[in-house]
Amino acid sequence: MNVEFLFFLETVLNGLMAGVMYALVALGFALIFKASGIFNFAQGVMALFAALTLVGLQTGQVPFAHLINAIFGTEVHHFGWELPAIVAIAGTLVVMVAFAYLFEGLVLKHLVNQEPIILFMATIGLAYFLEGFGDLMWGADIKPMDVGIPSGGSFWWEDVTREWAPEGSDYFGMYVDKLDVVAAIVAVVLVSGLVAFSQYTKFGRALRAVADDHQAALSVGISLRTIWVVVWSIAGFVALVAGIMWGAKSGVQFSLSLIALKALPVLILGGFTSIPGAIVGGLIIGVGEKLAELYIGPLVGGAIENWFAYVVALVFLLFRPQGLFGERIIERI
Amino acid sequence: MRFKLLVASAAAAMVMGTAPALADLVFPSLSYRTGPYAPNGIPFADGYADYFTLINERDGGIEGQKITLVECETGYNTEKGVECYESTKGQGALLYQPLSTGITYQLIPKATADGIPVHSMGYGRTSAANGKVFPWVFNYPGTYWDAASIIVKHISDQEGGDLNGKKIALVYHNSAYGKEPIRTLEELAKKHGYELSLYPVDHPGQEQKATWLQIRKERPDYVTMWGWGVMNQVAIQEAANIRFPMDHFIGVWWSASENDVLPAGDGANGYKAIAFHGVGADFPLFDDLKKHVIDAGKAAGDGSHLGEVLYNRGVYAAMLAVEAARTAMKLHNTTDITPAMMRDGMEALVLDNARMAEIGLPDFGPEINVTCSNHGGPGLGAISQWDANSKTWSLVTDFMGADREVVDALIMEDSEAYAAENNIEPVACGS
Repeated sequence: MNVEFLFFLETVLNGLMAGVMYALVALGFALIFKASGIFNFAQGVMALFAALTLVGLQTGQVPFAHLINAIFGTEVHHFGWELPAIVAIAGTLVVMVAFAYLFEGLVLKHLVNQEPIILFMATIGLAYFLEGFGDLMWGADIKPMDVGIPSGGSFWWEDVTREWAPEGSDYFGMYVDKLDVVAAIVAVVLVSGLVAFSQYTKFGRALRAVADDHQAALSVGISLRTIWVVVWSIAGFVALVAGIMWGAKSGVQFSLSLIALKALPVLILGGFTSIPGAIVGGLIIGVGEKLAELYIGPLVGGAIENWFAYVVALVFLLFRPQGLFGERIIERI
Repeated sequence: MRFKLLVASAAAAMVMGTAPALADLVFPSLSYRTGPYAPNGIPFADGYADYFTLINERDGGIEGQKITLVECETGYNTEKGVECYESTKGQGALLYQPLSTGITYQLIPKATADGIPVHSMGYGRTSAANGKVFPWVFNYPGTYWDAASIIVKHISDQEGGDLNGKKIALVYHNSAYGKEPIRTLEELAKKHGYELSLYPVDHPGQEQKATWLQIRKERPDYVTMWGWGVMNQVAIQEAANIRFPMDHFIGVWWSASENDVLPAGDGANGYKAIAFHGVGADFPLFDDLKKHVIDAGKAAGDGSHLGEVLYNRGVYAAMLAVEAARTAMKLHNTTDITPAMMRDGMEALVLDNARMAEIGLPDFGPEINVTCSNHGGPGLGAISQWDANSKTWSLVTDFMGADREVVDALIMEDSEAYAAENNIEPVACGS
């Protein structure tokens, strides 16, 4: 194969991988929107908070150490023990479920039947609160994330693809990050699990009923509050997965919350209510922005991938306002 | 009536309590302890504050005048930075250290009109080094253009003095800051015959796959980086992932902290960056900081950043401010200095090795001799290298000079264009 064509394939492959990473964030948005009609502005910050908690538990960091030291004049920082990654992940899940329970009890239950914009505003407040709370609880420094996920280019794949180039060409194989491959596998498992949960379990059916009509669901005995706790807990779990994958790339730090910006064009394209849509949307955006950066970028000065993703999403919006997999809303007057 | 009087008295007492005493030397600190850039803002702000605290606690202030630090949170946001400037300048501010190129650009005309000096130490508008056009702005001890030139010089040294036909890539933050070195690198490319390729990265730089796929394909001999925040960590991780030789990857001094290399683990081993001051805590001054500030419970933070690159930079910036204030006091024969006197002190600042040793920072930085026409200082830099095993930076070269022929010509051209655009009559300097 021609080396330029191999480079094109490499770009597509890496775009797909990047798209999976975006989809991991978009999934959390789609889940909550599907179940409650709330656009959760805090999803990016939830990923950050989950990752901070995971690393904090894993490294035995004392929560609120700065606050404790400032008030009591102590010098506590760490407990002196380290937890295995799996235990820390389980601990973080407990924290995220507790968070969902508290958020439902303190905020959501008071906002039943309010306009969507009110619920949206509540999630904006949640985002700012959670960011400050995470800072206070775990500190603002950058924390390396190590949960045993392999990273770096795959030698095996490089060796395989080097053979595809014409003999004598100075080609050293196709690059793919092992972390991205793991993220792709995790995303497939996650989406399959979520779709199965949504389609084949009692809770999943109840969840869909609530999504269709809050009051009708209440009238047949579905507990809205329980559903919301479950949905926000699942969104917390998805946020943890996204936080682990993104945190492993760049360390856990507060700019992690900005990954939500990457999820928006994915949601516009895939549809706010579709779980498979989040994945397909992520893949299209990932490939689109990478190809644009490489082939159009040099013509216009580069650094176009961020806004190009939104251009792609807007073009789709013109033709399919509900997104690729979103539900078409027809209201008869 | 009595209640109103009580409330008014309490309010007045609160205002009096928070405002600095009239005779204090006021140094605002435009810091960022929150937001995505906080991991870099915190150690700098701690170092800046701790040095002033040391001078107050150990020496009783500068020549007996106490220092008041007025900290204002900018979140590394230009609008908030300008708000901080506006809200603190009335408190008798002697000097602004904006800690952001964006904020510096906004403050240049404002501070010039208000008559308050700005010290954008190693950042901001490079051509502000021309003191004739920018009498109120200082960027000593070095500028971005010095940094670009010194990095090219180091690469040239590595290549036996011949860069002809070599490929150098610049990965840069797609902002005013990141674009600063481009002109210099282009001019140096003409002079040395290397091929320059540019790779902009949009804020925040969390995803750089396309950039590093291109670099992997083009295979430049060296990559240099003008990054900030998460962009640095991702770039270093991606470079390690594609197995780019890390000793051929050289960052500017804002891409050179522990924060930038630690997330990449062993992959960051050998990464290089230019530095305009020393690294580590092995200087007598740090013993004093520990004794009088950190162990005394008077540190701005928890003291854990002592000796880190950005903490050291904060200490260095505060030390330069204190020495300039001291110079101003001697020049004007008063300890009660005004911002205009502070400016004079900065312009007359002479810091030789003997004085650096007295301060407790022997060989920490180059000798500095600021003049009316040269606000950029000596423009020297050394190359530092990261050792992932010991998790330490070390200087691997001596302090080197920039290509003055190229850099000074660019400074002159840019500053003169600025003067023409803004109808500024350059001040007459003695030399």
